[in-house]
This record gives sequence, structure tokens and C-alpha cells, in this order.
Amino acid sequence: MERVVVSMQDPDQGVKMRSQRLLVTVIPHAVTGSDVVQWLTQKFCLSEEEARHLGAVLVQHGYIYPLRDPRSLVLRPDETPYRFQTPYFWTSTLWPAAELDYAIYLAKKNIRKQGTLVDYEKECYDRLHTKINHAWDLVLMQAREQLRAAKQRRKGDRLVIACQEQTYWLVNRPPPGVPSVLEQSPGRGSCAASRVHMTKRADFYKQEIEYCRRALGRTRVKSSVCLEAYLSFCSQRGPHDPLVSGCLPSNPWISDDDAYWVMNAPTVVAPTKLRVERWGFSFRELLEDPVGRAHFMDFLGKEFSGENLSFWEACEDLRYGAQAQVPTLVDAVYQQFLAPGAARWVNIDSRTMERTLEGLRQPHRYVLDDAQLHIYMLMKKDSYPRFLKSDMYKGLLAEAGIPLETKKRVFPFSRRPRHSSPSPALLPTPVEPTAAGGPGGGDGVA
Amino acid sequence: MCDQTFLANVFGSCDKCFKQRALRPVFKKSQQLSYCSTCAEIMATEALHENETLASLKSEAESLKGKLEEERAKLHDVELHQVAERVEALGQFVMKTRRTLKGHGNKVLCMDWCKDKRRIVSSSQDGKVIVWDSFTTNKEHAVTMPCTWVMACAYAPSGCAIACGGLDNKCSVYPLTFDKNENMAAKKKSVAMHTNYLSACSFTNSDMQILTASGDGTCALWDVESGQLLQSFHGHGADVLCLDLAPSETGNTFVSGGCDKKAMVWDMRSGQCVQAFETHESDINSVRYYPSGDAFASGSDDATCRLYDLRADREVAIYSKESIIFGASSVDFSLSGRLLFAGYNDYTINVWDVLKGSRVSILFGHENRVSTLRVSPDGTAFCSGSWDHTLRVREVVFSFPVCERRGEG
Repeated sequence: MERVVVSMQDPDQGVKMRSQRLLVTVIPHAVTGSDVVQWLTQKFCLSEEEARHLGAVLVQHGYIYPLRDPRSLVLRPDETPYRFQTPYFWTSTLWPAAELDYAIYLAKKNIRKQGTLVDYEKECYDRLHTKINHAWDLVLMQAREQLRAAKQRRKGDRLVIACQEQTYWLVNRPPPGVPSVLEQSPGRGSCAASRVHMTKRADFYKQEIEYCRRALGRTRVKSSVCLEAYLSFCSQRGPHDPLVSGCLPSNPWISDDDAYWVMNAPTVVAPTKLRVERWGFSFRELLEDPVGRAHFMDFLGKEFSGENLSFWEACEDLRYGAQAQVPTLVDAVYQQFLAPGAARWVNIDSRTMERTLEGLRQPHRYVLDDAQLHIYMLMKKDSYPRFLKSDMYKGLLAEAGIPLETKKRVFPFSRRPRHSSPSPALLPTPVEPTAAGGPGGGDGVA
Repeated sequence: MCDQTFLANVFGSCDKCFKQRALRPVFKKSQQLSYCSTCAEIMATEALHENETLASLKSEAESLKGKLEEERAKLHDVELHQVAERVEALGQFVMKTRRTLKGHGNKVLCMDWCKDKRRIVSSSQDGKVIVWDSFTTNKEHAVTMPCTWVMACAYAPSGCAIACGGLDNKCSVYPLTFDKNENMAAKKKSVAMHTNYLSACSFTNSDMQILTASGDGTCALWDVESGQLLQSFHGHGADVLCLDLAPSETGNTFVSGGCDKKAMVWDMRSGQCVQAFETHESDINSVRYYPSGDAFASGSDDATCRLYDLRADREVAIYSKESIIFGASSVDFSLSGRLLFAGYNDYTINVWDVLKGSRVSILFGHENRVSTLRVSPDGTAFCSGSWDHTLRVREVVFSFPVCERRGEG
């Protein structure tokens, strides 16, 4: 932030400065709100709204302060005069504003003109009075001294200093209701402390060295290949992205109609065309979609290799299941899929089988990973391409419909009642929510 | 060592060099050995080399890192924006706020979507965790945690439970129940235990495992039923602030970002760090995988978001602008990966075109910093939570080429 403010104060390229007449006194080096906004717009090529926002943020943090109405830190994009805060008072200097200083400031205000303290300031004043009662004489004395020293300055300087101080305290002790801009998440405060703990000891460096050595040996892919992959991914998925290409029948958030969600529910009888297309993008997409997975299972059944998918599913359950169930699950999988003569024996190559059986002696969560990967690759390279070429898939693609777009309502103010759907937490098994959608959005074939 | 007195002139073979010499008793790690005088002297001076070895290790680490950078640069033949020149530019976007969820009495710190695409769980500074049906804006559940600053919350994949944690150093799982007689807090399960605040948590593919990141510099994988620690991940030099699970076929890795400016990719099975990236200039607040799983984006306090590719093993894009001077607190991709939404501490949300590297739109509307941002699971909308106590769900309406309005939010 300082970077921006410093460049703003640059005499040649900065904001236009002029002397400002304020009541009777003349204040040099003042800028108007509109100048600030204009300069920001030009320098950073922003829209006006954004420039105003950025300017407002600068004022809120106390880098620019208003001369005329120093009560609130707001940027008014008109002729209101502003000035740049001195670096002494910048928030990034980070020394905490001490209670004592605040007390002195409030005391000064109190003494200078009786009763110009605002309500919350009065409260703070009283509170501080009770808290630092022992040092109160010091406070009053300091306040009087500072006022006396100030009287010897020119009126213009006095005004400026008063405004600067006021802004500083507005930032550091905001009035109630105004969020403090200095607030931080609690964690960051302890950041410095935790960094001290993890000092650069020998083992830290040894870890780094080991990591670097391993990383040097890794195979990398050329940037061009990777970047091309993004392009193809984005273009492939573009039409499926509701935020980029919109969605049919209508985005539920816009039209208040949850027909889109009904049609794309996890278990629906007739999936939409886009959905069926997605199954062709990658094997993972097919497996992640319950409807797709079910169709794939049917297909495998016809080819008498359904046990592959069941085995894969069982392995997934093992990997993500509860720790306590690991031994029983492993045993069940072994009995059903791997034991010689098992009911649904899966065809794994002998080396992987040997390794797996070896590992089964001490079953742990990842013991079936090798076998699972082998079967996954088998399905991906063999069964999956055949599925995509099969009549079954082609039939599904042809049957799947593109939903009609809901007609735009004639009276835009009549809001459709938003129906709530049953929470997944309620039901033991997820059930398709009974939708009470409006007209349109049926499974019309395009 | 010098004031050790000779008890007897023992003559034999030294335990270290095996030569026949006069031996001295030497204590090494409470074990008594007999060394000849030369070996004893060597051992005495070894202690002096402690500091030197530290320096040499440091220099070795630095030189290896330099070599690594060279290797990475060798395969870097083209920049992303060059490749993206052929891609059509996106049209102007108008994004409107469709739902504003009010109800938190204090800063909203974190949120997560449910797989049913409409429910949201959000947590705030005063310890309240609320589950909303954001479509109807009804609140469905509310839990009050015994601690303040609940910085992490997550929805279980089945939709039947939520996890949350913060300054209490723990992650607790609450099963969701509609039974009015039951108090949700009664069924709470304390799963994770860290030595510092919990900054992020996420369920893996099932309800039974949870991955957490903490201010004590470690990440950990826990079994929910038993609360057992399954794997822990050490390597960050400072607080870990965020994590994200990879959407890959084998589902074994996750990425974490921390205050040490590093983003590290871990293997969940072995606990090892697979890749690390250190190009940010300040704390990394948020990391999110690209939908294909080959890359991830990170948002940081240095006001930039960066895209790192895992196969090329380097940073491939920086999303920044001179006028953006506040840090990015959270990032997320749209479903196709074309748009990157980033929430900043200057109360705005910037939408970036991932391929071209340019900013598509800026959204206003929040009155305090945006602390969390997530795109819904089916990509129809995104929700942002902020320190102004509200959550806003926004989506996109297409603007027509005639009137060019910028996002109003």
C-alpha cells in the first residue's frame, strides 16, 4: 500500500496538489477527492468504481485524511480536500498504539474545547481514567504541554497536526460500529513465534537436501505439453461449465427453479445428454457418476467381467473405510475375489498376486493397492474403450435429451416459491427429491 | 576431555581404528569405549565442527535448490499466455448476488458446500457453525463450538456430518440430526488433536477419514471412528494454512500451503513430500487443484495468485495487477477450469481468465474482507463468506455485447 501512496505523492506524476483554503487558513499540499480517483483510474487503468473503492480503502487505512470532516474516514469523490498522512503515523510502522498515548490525546481534546469528545470517546476517557489513575497526573501534564507547544505553531500547521492525529486515532481506536481495519486472524500473530521454533537446524537442511536430490531425479514434462493439456481440457469442459456456458433448463439460482438439480440428481433414470457425453471424457468421470457406473457394470456383466468393477469398489471401501474394519474388509475381499476358487475371482498377473498375498499376512489399509491399480488399468485400457464403442453407450447417448430452456417469466417480479429439498442427513439412503418445479424443463428431446 | 585422568595404562586395540595403542576410556552416549589417544582427540574436536557442518549443509541445500531450478527451467519452452493466444476471449460477465445469507453474528471464517449442491456449512469467529439450505436461505442446523475463531469447517461427502475446528486445536465431527430432542453437541466426536490452531480440514472420499492442517506446521490424516492418527505430514517450516485433495484417479495426493511461502504436494500413503514450490513472496492463504488434477492454484498475501503445474514441476502463471495491493484469502476454479475466482482482503473478488492470465471481472458487495470462497459442486454458482457477517451466493448472467456492464455483484 505504501508503494501506491508514495507514487501518489510524486511531485511530477502524482496527484495534482494545490493549496486549499479552509475557512480562513491556507493549507498547502491538499488534494481533492475527485483528483485522487482520477489519478487512480489513469495510472492503473481501472474502472471508476474500482478506483473509488481503492481510494476508499486508502482512506480507511489512514493513509489519506480528510481536512474538513475528520470524524469519518470516507473518500468523497468531489471537491472535499484531503492530505497525505505522514509516514510517522502509517499503519505499517506497526508499533501498537499505546493506551497512554490515547489517554493523552483524549485529554488534550477534552482540555482544548470543553466537551468536544464524542460519546464513545467519553466512555473511553472514563475507562482509561480508572485504569491508569496512577499516571493520570502525567497524562494531564503531557496534554497541557503539548497544547502549549502547539499554540506556538502557525494555525495552518496546528490544524494539519490535529487532523493527522485524529485520523491516526480513528484508525487505531475505531468508533463502535466501524470495523477495525487493523484486525488480523489470530494465527498470524503467533506466526513469528512458531517460526522461531522451527529454526534452521541440521535435520531441516538434511530433509531439504534429501528432497532436492529426489526431485532432481524426477521426470518432468515439457511446458508446452502441459499447457496444451489445459487448453484442451478447458475447451472440452467449457460447454459443461454452468458459469461459462450457462445451463439448461435454467440456472436454479437465477430462476428459482430447481429443475436442473432434479434432472441431474445422482440417481436419475434418464440422464441428460451432457452428462452422458461426460462419461466419454475420462474413465474417472464414468466411475464417479453413479448412473454411469451402473451402466458400466451392466456392460461388464454382459462381458462376464463384472467382478473387476466389484473388486475395485471393494478396494475403495477398504481404503476410505474406518480403521477398525480394515482386517474384516481385507478378509472379505480375499475370500470373495482373491482366494483360489473364489466365487468372483479376479484375473491379476502372478507377480502382483504374489505381492498381494504376501502383504495380506499383515493387512493394512493400502495392502490391496497394487492389485487395485492393476484391475483399474485393465478396465481403463480394455473395457472402457469398448464400452464407449458399444451399442449400449451409443443408445444411451441417442436417448439422452437436451432439456428445453424454461421460458422467461413475463412478470419478472413474481417470484416462484423456492422449494426445499430433503436434507441428505434425514434419509438413510439418498432418494431423489420430489420436485415441485414449474412448467417447462421437461425431458423434452431437442 | 583434558582433565580426564588416566586410571591405568591399558594397552589394546582401539575401538575405533583397531590399532594396537595405549587406550583411554571414553564415554560416548553413556556407553564406555576405549579409544587410542588420536581417536580421542578427533572425537573431542568433532564437537567444534557442529556449526561448520550446519553452514556446509545450508550451502549444500542452496546449491541443490539452484540445480533443481535449472532443471525445471530447461523444459520450460513456452508461456501460458502465448499458448492461450489461440483461445477465444471470454465475453463480458455480469455476476449477480442471488442469495445473501445473514445470520452469523460475527465474522464468517470458512464455508463448504454439500454434495447436494445447495447446502452450505459456515463457521464464524464467535464459535457458531451453521448449516444452511442456501437455495431457500433457511438455516437447518446450528452448533456452538466451545472455542472462538472456528477457522475450518467441512461437509462430509454423504451429507450426514460436518467437521469443524479452530483455536481449540481440535477437529470435531458432528453428525447432523433433525431430531429435536437430541442436542447435536452431545454426539460430537473429537477427532484430531494438534498442538496449535486448526487452519483447514477436509474429508477424503468418505465420511470416515479426515485430513487436517494446523498452525503447528503439520498436516495429519485421521480415522473418524476411533480418532486414530493414520499419517502425519511434516515438512512445513511454519503454520500450514490451507489444503486441498487431488481429484485424481488414484486419489493419493494432496497439496498444502503455509506461512513459510511453500506449497507442498504430499503422498497420503507414505507421508512424504512429493513436490514443493516456493515462488510466493508471502504466506499462502489458499490452494485449490485445477479440475483435471494436473495443476493447482494458490492465493497469497503478496496479492498474487499463481498456477503451478505438477507435471512440468514449476509455476506457469501469475495472476496479479498493480492495483491489487491486498492479499488473496481464498481461490477456487470453475468447473471447466477456465475461470479462477479469488477473494481478497480489500473486500473484492477478482475473476481471472486462467488461460489468458487477464482479469475478467471484479465484484464488489462485501463490506469487509472476503475470507472464504467456494464454487458449488456442480459449478452453477459460487459462494463467498466475509468478515461482514454475511455469505453471498453469486452466479453469472451473460451480458449482451451491446451494453458492456461490469460485474456488480
